[in-house]
Amino acid sequence: MNTLFEKIWDSHIVQNISDGPTQLYIDRLYCHEVTSPQAFAGMRERGLKCFRPGQIFCMPDHNTPTHDQDKPIEDPVSKTQVDTLAKNAADFGLTHFGMMDKRNGIIHVVGPERGLSLPGMTIVCGDSHTSTHGALGAVAFGIGTSEVEMVMASQCILQQKPKSMRINIEGTLGKGVTAKDMALYLMSKLTTSGATGYFIEYAGEAVRNLTMEGRLTLCNLSIEMGARGGFIAPDEVTFAYIKGREYTPKGEGWDKALAYWKTLKSDDDAVFDKELTFRAEKIEPMITYGTNPGMGMGVSESIPSLESMDEAGRASFKKSLEYMGFEAGEKLLEKKIDYVFLGACTNGRIEDFRAFASIVKGRKKADNVVAWLVPGSWMVDAQIREEGLDKVLEEAGFAIRQPGCSACLAMNDDKVPAGKYAVSTSNRNFEGRQGPGSRTILASPLTAAACAVTGVITDPRELETSLAL
Amino acid sequence: MKQKFNIIQSTCIPLPLENVDTDQIIPARFLKATTRDEKFFGDNLFRDWRYNADGSLNKDFVLNNPLYKGEILVAGKNFGSGSSREHAAWAIAGYGFRVVISCFFADIHKNNELNNFVLPVVVSEEFLSELFASINENPNTEVKVDLPNQTVTNLSTGRSEHFDINGYKKHCLMNGLDDIDFLVGNKEKIAAYEMAHRQNG
Repeated sequence: MNTLFEKIWDSHIVQNISDGPTQLYIDRLYCHEVTSPQAFAGMRERGLKCFRPGQIFCMPDHNTPTHDQDKPIEDPVSKTQVDTLAKNAADFGLTHFGMMDKRNGIIHVVGPERGLSLPGMTIVCGDSHTSTHGALGAVAFGIGTSEVEMVMASQCILQQKPKSMRINIEGTLGKGVTAKDMALYLMSKLTTSGATGYFIEYAGEAVRNLTMEGRLTLCNLSIEMGARGGFIAPDEVTFAYIKGREYTPKGEGWDKALAYWKTLKSDDDAVFDKELTFRAEKIEPMITYGTNPGMGMGVSESIPSLESMDEAGRASFKKSLEYMGFEAGEKLLEKKIDYVFLGACTNGRIEDFRAFASIVKGRKKADNVVAWLVPGSWMVDAQIREEGLDKVLEEAGFAIRQPGCSACLAMNDDKVPAGKYAVSTSNRNFEGRQGPGSRTILASPLTAAACAVTGVITDPRELETSLAL
Repeated sequence: MKQKFNIIQSTCIPLPLENVDTDQIIPARFLKATTRDEKFFGDNLFRDWRYNADGSLNKDFVLNNPLYKGEILVAGKNFGSGSSREHAAWAIAGYGFRVVISCFFADIHKNNELNNFVLPVVVSEEFLSELFASINENPNTEVKVDLPNQTVTNLSTGRSEHFDINGYKKHCLMNGLDDIDFLVGNKEKIAAYEMAHRQNG
């Protein structure tokens, strides 16, 4: 009568500290250049070596420019951070996929596509979107830099066991509605703190029917509901996705692993601390109107009124709309936009590029829109070219940039200027997230594509209908 | 060894906003440092709220209001949501805060504060709204945070509450110990675990 979360958690307990946290064994630690340097520095100060260097994988992604990656990074501070990771990986004997290595990309895109993230694992990284890897049936969560150092030093972390929550999404998603919309819908219902303290298991027909790319998008956004992480029990979709990848076990190792992975499910009588059920048919293409990802609505709906907010939340709500330049109660359809960003660990995978291309095919990018299309990895970039999507996108007036986190958090030079509106497939619409003063509207790749060709906030189903006619 | 934590009594800086995310606490462009320079992060705490776009001080922001000072930050619900960046905790510590009081913290940020000897104190919504009212009425309102007894007291009204912290972390904070000391001290247990459990190659 255990949940899958408990099964994976329990099988990784080294010890439970009395009146304290659990010492949890970690199978995989990922390091990027932003949240690791102080951990490596701490290791040096203490005179420690990495306890299990073979289980740690490093790659730069946040600072990497999305053009001319074969040349030195122009920003000297970014360059130092990227170079520091390469040096640290070499000094501590860790695997490093540097810039221009064909295995480089956003850490949460690369882990799954290389077969590094596997069912039943515990996976951590100094990055809140580590929840992404839960799509493979792993317990994966973001940690701070002190905790990164703990894992380097001992391959363990001290953590309080989170509570368990199951979110069931039953039924079938409508046309033009994606995993991104599902996640934005959940956030709009739960708020950005509704799942704080919990680990989520996503289940139900609509979740089962998602592709692996869709599952990665859904699990990626678990943190935006406040959850420690989110995962989906592994099934045939999972096994088909991971088979044959670079680090996936092969031969006898595969058979043994598969037999174990097939046991990874919550028992029928498992009891969750909280269980919620939603209907997929109720989900529309979603957009956000405010400055946190929980401030979302159907693309054709109106922003809520101030009166509908509780007293304590009104100051934040007003500040948020002021920042965005929107009025309470107004609709956003037909509003002019300035930028479109396709990419990030949320929506930088091949399926996202296919979706974007399906809308822009035979159309042209609107003149008022600057579009940044950034693959999540070199592997995604190669797939785009193999499938000829690059031609479709180029004919429609879009260029493909080089992989990295890019405009999701604007640590490289892909910054949305102050006051400009960006329809973005990334994960956060916080104030200044895409550059100081930038205004972000989160959406799916389909909605972003529709906005990119019309230049205004557009329901992607409108364009699909016109295509069908 | 970090600064040991015992009893803190101080005036407060109020930030009565909800969902203050770590991108606001320290914007991404300040994350490029490769050292843990708390002064640098503290100087840039709430950077885009503290300063206008032209670099001038935003006089409306509470950190720029000379009425408010102290070692305790009092914040609205869901403080520290979003990015896992520990730089946010370094900025809070670097500015000189030793306690953050709210009715609700985001998980990762809460751990990051604890790992930097900043104490996150979770209070009831009633306690929080009364405390905001007290500070609003009298900016010299003091709060006493007593870690050994796990109590937090609004000294203007006398209202006091118990707060939760596990015994292990309380011991660490009071004695200036961190988790790495603990973990490195039990490597044999870890190796024994590996022998018994490795399923994932």
